[in-house]
Amino acid sequence: MQTFDSYVLFALIVLPLAGAGVLMAIPGSRPVPVRWTATAFAAVCLALSAYVFLSYYLVHLDDGGMQLTRTWNWLSLPGAGPLADQGITLALGVDGIAAPMVLLTGIVMFCGVLMSWTVQDRGKDFFILYFLLLSGVFGVFASLDMFFFFFFYELAVLPMYLLIGVWGSSSTFSAFSRTKEYGAMKLTLYLVGGSVLVWIAILAIFVEGGLGTFSLTALEQVEFSPTFQRVFFPFLAVGFGVLAGLWPFHTWSPDGHVAAPTAVSMVHAGVLMKLGAFGILRIGMALLPEGAETWMPVLIGLGTVNVLYGAMSAMGQRDLKYVIGYSSVSHMGYVLMGLATLHSLGVTGAVLQMFSHGVMTALFFAAVGVIYDRTHTRDITVLRGLAGRMGFTTSVFAVAGLASLGLPGLSGFVAELLVFLGLFQTYPILGVLGIVGAAITAVYVLRLLAGAFFGPSDERWAGLRGASRLEGLSMMILVGFIFLVGLFPFPFIRVIDTGTAELLARFLSLS
Amino acid sequence: MNDFTLLLPEFMVAGLAFLVLAADFSLPAKRKGLLPYLAAGGLAAILAFSLVDLRGQEGSLYDGMLVVDDYALFFKAFFLALGIVVVLSSVEYVKRHLEYPGEYYGILLFTVVAAMLLAASRELLTAYISLELLSFGLYVLVAYDRYNPKSNEGGAKYILLGALSSAFLLYGISQIYGLLGTTRFDGIHEALAATPDMSPGVTVGLVMIIAGLGFKVAAAPFHMWAPDAYEGAPIPITAYLAVGSKAAAFALALRLFGEAFMPAAADWQVVIVIMAALTMVIGNLGALVQRNIKRLLAYSSVGHVGYLLLGIAALAAVESGGGVSTDLSHLASNGVMLHLVAYGITNMAAFLAVAVMYGVTGSEEIGSLAGAGRRSPFVGVVMAASLFSLAGLPIFAGFASKFYLFSAAASQGLLWLAGLAIFTSLISLYYYLMVVRQMYMEPAADPARVRIPRVTTAVLGALFAGMVLAGVYPAPLLDAMQSASEAITSSSGVLTLAQR
Repeated sequence: MQTFDSYVLFALIVLPLAGAGVLMAIPGSRPVPVRWTATAFAAVCLALSAYVFLSYYLVHLDDGGMQLTRTWNWLSLPGAGPLADQGITLALGVDGIAAPMVLLTGIVMFCGVLMSWTVQDRGKDFFILYFLLLSGVFGVFASLDMFFFFFFYELAVLPMYLLIGVWGSSSTFSAFSRTKEYGAMKLTLYLVGGSVLVWIAILAIFVEGGLGTFSLTALEQVEFSPTFQRVFFPFLAVGFGVLAGLWPFHTWSPDGHVAAPTAVSMVHAGVLMKLGAFGILRIGMALLPEGAETWMPVLIGLGTVNVLYGAMSAMGQRDLKYVIGYSSVSHMGYVLMGLATLHSLGVTGAVLQMFSHGVMTALFFAAVGVIYDRTHTRDITVLRGLAGRMGFTTSVFAVAGLASLGLPGLSGFVAELLVFLGLFQTYPILGVLGIVGAAITAVYVLRLLAGAFFGPSDERWAGLRGASRLEGLSMMILVGFIFLVGLFPFPFIRVIDTGTAELLARFLSLS
Repeated sequence: MNDFTLLLPEFMVAGLAFLVLAADFSLPAKRKGLLPYLAAGGLAAILAFSLVDLRGQEGSLYDGMLVVDDYALFFKAFFLALGIVVVLSSVEYVKRHLEYPGEYYGILLFTVVAAMLLAASRELLTAYISLELLSFGLYVLVAYDRYNPKSNEGGAKYILLGALSSAFLLYGISQIYGLLGTTRFDGIHEALAATPDMSPGVTVGLVMIIAGLGFKVAAAPFHMWAPDAYEGAPIPITAYLAVGSKAAAFALALRLFGEAFMPAAADWQVVIVIMAALTMVIGNLGALVQRNIKRLLAYSSVGHVGYLLLGIAALAAVESGGGVSTDLSHLASNGVMLHLVAYGITNMAAFLAVAVMYGVTGSEEIGSLAGAGRRSPFVGVVMAASLFSLAGLPIFAGFASKFYLFSAAASQGLLWLAGLAIFTSLISLYYYLMVVRQMYMEPAADPARVRIPRVTTAVLGALFAGMVLAGVYPAPLLDAMQSASEAITSSSGVLTLAQR
């Protein structure tokens, strides 16, 4: 068990890569074995990620801290400092914040593969890139070394361009059009642009730390000077914030999500945007707490704008996917607001919101993917009365919608409630604005449900097929987790709370 | 007494060159296809021999003008391996587009000898002669496609500016010799460390040498010849120019600045820093507007020279009292070597992929790569991987080497310049992605599958494997680089110019 525990995170990073390798060996002209192989690898990853979460909850909860750790020396950096021999290490481990994120990645990865059985064109290449992407995502959540954190962070961005540009879809509006190439390029440049700032900050922390190592565990012991923290925290907050959809750097997100194929939208909105928030937590807040304290009022303001602006924009969209894209921007705002409270309720709520939004938005994109695949339109002025033909898809879309507006019993309620409680302890006025955001969400979600799904049925959709069995399974898994977190949130909250308590202890020692 | 066995690899490559030229006379025309295999096989044997014979050897010849140490060995192995790759990438291209294969491979082998000698020289004139031997070979090879006006034009520009840069170099060398009385690196080091005040004449000499080398590596503002020469040259020679000639000049520069000029770091560092900043900005901005893939890669390689210069600037840290700290020299020189290797592997792969597509479409326009990913999935993957590697994305070599190099620069107090380098990498990603877009998102004009000869497949596969391996497990490479660095600079201690 000990050996298994020390390899499980490594396995989660390597398995998707191995899956990609196996897929390369299968001839692309035979789609069925390709799909089964991809599904099998994704299922194993799901099982392992569930193991990571459960083992943290059941075994390690009382110990807290980093668990399932394992370190390999990778490179030494001669002359750089006292720890130069361990300059760069592949150090893996999860704490209470990372464990649920790993689970989320496993879930979305598996569901995304199930949704991708319908990919016709170059399906093999699609899965290879998809697996590369997920290897990067698992790597970020599990890395305890800034080099590998950044390595996997960039690895997660790289395949996006091709995944969107090749398999995506363009949208045409009355006045202008957004091609998939445009969406792909915009997304890639924004994200890599953000990582320019992150990279500079990482180098600065490495130099200022003076230890000659990129290891996060070693650098956490260093007291960085307040000026240094104040100068470089914004680099991390904005750099990672770009990926988290931070206003005003969010514009890539709706365009990118809309252009992306279904599974990629699911992974991107569901998991990848969380990498940004996770980076702010893991590197920004953990290493530069004073800088975080100084800048958090700004971040919380931007987060509020995210919530309101995202919700208002979502209301004005005609394209179903743009609605979901802007609602992601709005919901990531709650994550940023929660983090910026620096209050245990708010931060725990933020992390739970990361999980909850991940599942919920993956479900949204899955449902939209099915609808678009059948009707070939996403225009909500054209879609009418789908409920009669696509009952199942309509129900799951409704579940996701209700979760996103914060209906009690579903995951969004718990997470947003915690965020609001944290806000009322710290910035009550912004808490009120946050609730206003939730109200606007209710308006656009209900209008969408009423307009596109219910109402008189349309004879154009008479021959429409509903969701296939695999698509149904994929969506049912996501629905299951929405209910699970909504009805039994305590395992999640307790795990996350362990992590946030350790993180916030660094802030308490400040005052 | 000189121990000439230390120079055996150089003698053997020169011998191989003559053998290839002689075989060219005696082989019937239809058997001349064997020449590159003779050259590549010979180089491989010499590479194996050098690695076995010279490992751990320390020695010098001709009163210290040429040294054999781990540093020289590292670059000898680099140039021999590069020679093999260039020869094998040339097989198809030469067969289809060029005449006189014997001379082509013969001259190529002579340039390999020159590059090997350059890494071993520890004296200015020996270095100069080696550099000239290298350049003369390249002048011929650039203009080798003699009925192609572009090749002629490129060759002419290259010769003229090459001669100009040699003049700069020689003038600088004469200044140094006139004022310090020596051309040996250790002598210059001692003389500089002992000088109470640097005379302006020495500074002029230093700047002239920097300018001369700047021309050779195409660093801004001395880069103007590069895009034309790159565009005109036969594609495998463009690749060799981009990788080999730069690696050779940097092999010299590391020894020159790491040893000879180190005590005067306060005087040259700022020059190199400005040049590095200019080079990375101009190279990457210039690439944005290119339509010819060779010109695009030429400008991109100018950008990469900027990153390498950043590593040269990071060799020393000038302290407030005028002293020079070399604590982190090894980190910087390892970074330069790692980036040279990563950039070398990557660029060879990119140019070979371009050569394959050129063989099919006959066009060097970026637009002609449309649909390449479908026409030949293998070539598409290798080309895309090398572009991502050049942009510095994982899991490829370019990410690891850039990260290492920029960390070294940041540690030496050049964080702002490392930041600029990272930012220009972002710019470069845009134009690389435009090429990827052509390959994967545009429909091909002619969707027929591309057939690739077996040699080309093997070379591309090996380069791709190298690119990934150096990106995820560079530790063995860095061990070799570390012992190379230890041969050229002492790692710790503060050098002072007496009473500056």
